[in-house]
Amino acid sequence: MNDKSASAPAHAGDLGTPVLSVQGATKRFGSVLALSGIDISVRRGEILCLLGDNGAGKSTLIKCISGVHRLDAGSIVIDGQITAIRSPAEARTAGIETVYQDLALFDNLTPAQNFFAGREIAAPPWLPRGLRFLRQRRMDAETKSLLANLKVALPRTDAVVAMMSGGQRQAIAVARSTVFARKVVILDEPTAALGLRESRQVLDLVARLRDHGNAVILITHNMEHVIELADRAIVLRQGRKVGELVPTADNKQQLVAMIVGA
Amino acid sequence: MFFIDKRKSKIQKRTFRSECRSLPTAGDYLPGLANKPEENIIGSVAGSPEARANTLAIGLSILNFGPALILVLLIAALSISSPYFLTARNISNILAQTAVISVVAMGQQLVILTRGIDLSVGSNLALASVLGALAFHAGAPAALVIAVMIASGAVVGAINGAFYVFGRLPHPFIITLATLSIAKGVALQLADGRAIPGMPPAISALGTDALGGLPGSVFLVLAVATVFFVVTQTMVWGRWIYAVGGRPDAALRMGIPVSWVLVSTYVVSGTCAGIGAVILAGRTDAGSPLFGNLLELDTIAAVIIGGASFLGGRGHLGNALIGALMIGVIRNSLNLLNVNIFFQLIVIGVVIVIAVEGDVLRNYLEGRVRVMQAGKHS
Repeated sequence: MNDKSASAPAHAGDLGTPVLSVQGATKRFGSVLALSGIDISVRRGEILCLLGDNGAGKSTLIKCISGVHRLDAGSIVIDGQITAIRSPAEARTAGIETVYQDLALFDNLTPAQNFFAGREIAAPPWLPRGLRFLRQRRMDAETKSLLANLKVALPRTDAVVAMMSGGQRQAIAVARSTVFARKVVILDEPTAALGLRESRQVLDLVARLRDHGNAVILITHNMEHVIELADRAIVLRQGRKVGELVPTADNKQQLVAMIVGA
Repeated sequence: MFFIDKRKSKIQKRTFRSECRSLPTAGDYLPGLANKPEENIIGSVAGSPEARANTLAIGLSILNFGPALILVLLIAALSISSPYFLTARNISNILAQTAVISVVAMGQQLVILTRGIDLSVGSNLALASVLGALAFHAGAPAALVIAVMIASGAVVGAINGAFYVFGRLPHPFIITLATLSIAKGVALQLADGRAIPGMPPAISALGTDALGGLPGSVFLVLAVATVFFVVTQTMVWGRWIYAVGGRPDAALRMGIPVSWVLVSTYVVSGTCAGIGAVILAGRTDAGSPLFGNLLELDTIAAVIIGGASFLGGRGHLGNALIGALMIGVIRNSLNLLNVNIFFQLIVIGVVIVIAVEGDVLRNYLEGRVRVMQAGKHS
């Protein structure tokens, strides 16, 4: 499944063609120019951080990539092919999975049921989708092995998600995105609502996503996390791309300056 | 074909078993405590985390199994206090009287699972019974009369669902309130305000004793319940209903056809009202525009009393059946104990309040469990 990029995750930039690139992205809301000619690209086995102050256009850009909004101008190129993304379903078909800030988990379902919601494994194939019989044991088994793979520990995998802590829920949402993400995983502030230790676990999980060969786009406000995880960082300000660099402890001040426009 | 059928039943059986296994008790959520709760209670200092976790676990278990427990206690108490209660005749009577509520409540349950409500079921049932009676007098055979009643129910349900979803109404309360009025009016108009006596023998048979002293309608209820179980617990569509009820916006983002799931629940609810019309017409040997009066309240009460959540996404067919039985038992026992008939309404109302507060308490306790989980596993 993972090609050579999985074995050499650390060297961003020399892994050949980007799996996703956005060229000249422009988006208007009425008279407000939310995005103006933004270019970004991300490769397999790479974490790209999107930085910027509130209103910089990060979320708008993400929503355009994940099909919630449509670009007014510019193109989205996936694996070298210009791809129209008109709905969240089309984004998912194109191999892009998004973990929203609100997680979009079903509190009344178990982790396995959450993982496969809308994509249930069911048979027989000649019946309409809704009338097929669930293969629950197979879905349970696949969920279990995936959680083990990502080293996500849950007290019980057959309890409903409502009974789990914030960190566990975040981990489930992130893990769910990897089940079907064939190309890109987008994470919108995955640690915003979490405590210190739970954040740590989610960050480790994000690093494992990269190590498994996924292209990851991460939005965060936490500079420590950026320096620790990001292979590259792109800074947006007022809908424009104002910088792109490899974040290190030494250029942290420079990054912050770019974000606030000082 | 044979091969596929065999596989299908195997899947069903397996899923059934896994469903049974996966119905968790609250103690399951608190690992380590579930194994030996008594020891923990005795061994722990009051106010220690273990003791509190135990109290939560026990509280949640009681709430989850509360309705079934109350039903059993109610039956036990009534068996002692009235010599007539636990007789075959009376049991058969209770089951016959709850058959209509049971079937219609199962449909209502699906609608409530998706955070909706169907107020039209009573009028829907009345209209179906009138159309059935008219069909019978026009010379239709029994099968066609049954088909007319069920189809009439389904069509009214489809109208509810279509207007709610595609008419972009803010809440199903409004459209089902409208069809409550319209269906009742049409039924009264068609029947000229009177009951229309006469039903084919095949339908009347539902009201008479069939097997082991039980009326045929009881077996019809069991058949409908079986279909409901298979469809809601083992099929993708059933899973979608729970997903839509749990989080409609997320269901949309996950690619679940939310609109069609919603419409389908109203069609099923209407169909159940049609089946209810067949049962009631069988019992009374007539069709009447006055059938199903306040049935919408009885079925909603049954679902809530049975322990389903009014907030959607939680509950199963057992809730509807237990709730319907509980209403039947309460009414029957108050009759047996010679309690004023007006008092029944008060009792049922009080039980509803208790059930809804139980749901609120359950949500609160689950929140507490979540907090403790965060402390323990982070």
